[in-house]
Amino acid sequence: MDSALSILVIDENRIRASIIEQGLREAGHDHVVVIHQVSGLVRQIADIAPDVIVIDLENPNRDQLEHIFQVSRAVRRPIAMFVDTSEPGSIEAAVDAGVSAYVVDGLKKERVKAIMDMAISRFRAFSRLEGELEAARGALAARKTVDRAKGILMKSKGLSEQEAYDLLRRTAMQQSRKINEVAESLIIAAGLLEE
Amino acid sequence: MTAASRQVVAGFIPLLDAAVLIAAREGGFAEREGIGLKLVRETSWANIRDRMAVGHFDVAHMLAPMPIASTLKLTALPVPMRAAMVLGLGGNAITVSTAVAAGMANEGWDGTLDPLASGQALASHVRDRATRGQSHLKFGVVHPFSGHAYELRYWLAAAGLDPAVDVEITVVPPRIMPDALANHHLDGYCVGEPWNTVAVDAGAGRFATCKQLIWPNSPEKVLGATEAWANAHPDTLVRLIRALGQAAAWCGDPRNTAALAELLSGGEYLDCRPNECIPALTGRLRVAGDRETHVPGFFQFTGQAGAVPRREHGLWFYSQMLRWRQISYSAEDADRVAAIFDGTMCRDALGVAGPGDDAGRSDVAFFDRRRFDPAAVEDYALSF
Repeated sequence: MDSALSILVIDENRIRASIIEQGLREAGHDHVVVIHQVSGLVRQIADIAPDVIVIDLENPNRDQLEHIFQVSRAVRRPIAMFVDTSEPGSIEAAVDAGVSAYVVDGLKKERVKAIMDMAISRFRAFSRLEGELEAARGALAARKTVDRAKGILMKSKGLSEQEAYDLLRRTAMQQSRKINEVAESLIIAAGLLEE
Repeated sequence: MTAASRQVVAGFIPLLDAAVLIAAREGGFAEREGIGLKLVRETSWANIRDRMAVGHFDVAHMLAPMPIASTLKLTALPVPMRAAMVLGLGGNAITVSTAVAAGMANEGWDGTLDPLASGQALASHVRDRATRGQSHLKFGVVHPFSGHAYELRYWLAAAGLDPAVDVEITVVPPRIMPDALANHHLDGYCVGEPWNTVAVDAGAGRFATCKQLIWPNSPEKVLGATEAWANAHPDTLVRLIRALGQAAAWCGDPRNTAALAELLSGGEYLDCRPNECIPALTGRLRVAGDRETHVPGFFQFTGQAGAVPRREHGLWFYSQMLRWRQISYSAEDADRVAAIFDGTMCRDALGVAGPGDDAGRSDVAFFDRRRFDPAAVEDYALSF
């Protein structure tokens, strides 16, 4: 029997959840439900009757989830943790990536592995994306800082934009500092002088 | 081996009894023993368990029954573990909603934390609700294998209630409990501080009783270590235990209470208000909006004999796993449990005499005056 798997994704991070959902759909899984809040978890799980649950490790409700699997009569099918049926290496990969999964008992290992591998790679991609986004925010902030410092120099010294930038760069090189650090110092100094 | 090479990574949950680990790092106790102690905050006990199993953590702040559950394969990713040291005694309380407290007052409860009195009043209230056809009361605990789960059930059962039939018990993360009580998703819970005090401050509930009155001077969290790591790094573990013993002595000194509260409340640790930590640290609890109660020894840190794991404590937790049908008895399992809570290494590291583990009669005693005989675990579990 090769019926379609029903997959539940629990993640408070909506962007990451949608990345996982998309990956699952691209892999041909049509029965994917994403929930962001875990209030009324038992009923939701009972209604959805998932074969696989994917949950992020930041979620504080994992203890509750595992308890529900153990005792709840509302959850019809017993759910065991995926990691019980997998090789040690893949458990570590999942924990490293920040994701965990639970599956119904008796589900074929290969079918779960494909889902898990996808989830792991998407979680990693998300972390990378987040890192890049953070770097981009930093770069944007740095550029704004340099622009403000240039403005201050242009006004106070009557320099052109290019001359102001060259002065900042020259100063940074002389002091072995980053240009936005010099710009920051200058903005702070200008702020102090204004007061 | 140089001092710098003794790096230890420890996982912890942001709770008051992570204090000993936090103080060991921040107070320089670990460093002075040649240990580079790195602390990693986690969001669930499941994460602690998983990251111990895959080797991210060398040791961790754990609920006392967790090393047993892991060793006996009662949870996912089971690995043999030991309880290397007791990190704190007591500290838990049972809180009921203001509505349940009112129902208990109708049954004659005067608000005392005496577990016998509050338990009887709760039992009468539960029976009263049943005759009126009202729904079951719902209680929260932090984990199925926790002191909280066993203390709550012990208290309910001693009052004549069947925890599996007369009430509903569910698992809820500590931080969420006070809100769940205020929103009527829960009618009561057993949790460590400050989550009882937070509910009282919010006007959502009041203390019904506490761990120290149910099972005096009993272990709550332990330093969990995998057998594999402990066997590979015995010298590091001994040094760590010594550092934690000194940190515990510092935490337990009343002169340091204010500094400790300040330290724990920090953003990378509990991330709370310092004055929320104070009631548990002093035992002066605001148990209800209009009432303060002093419970001596409510919550204790010690680098002395109380920090030494005891076989009979492990066996008591095992007896409760049997009692509530989480596992079936085997003599082999009982032996393994006793070994998990063997205190020899800790006693030697701390240099305390401690009570002999095999000193005959056990002093594991509860508010209902029942005694626990560690030599007859199965009989005890069946005797209730």
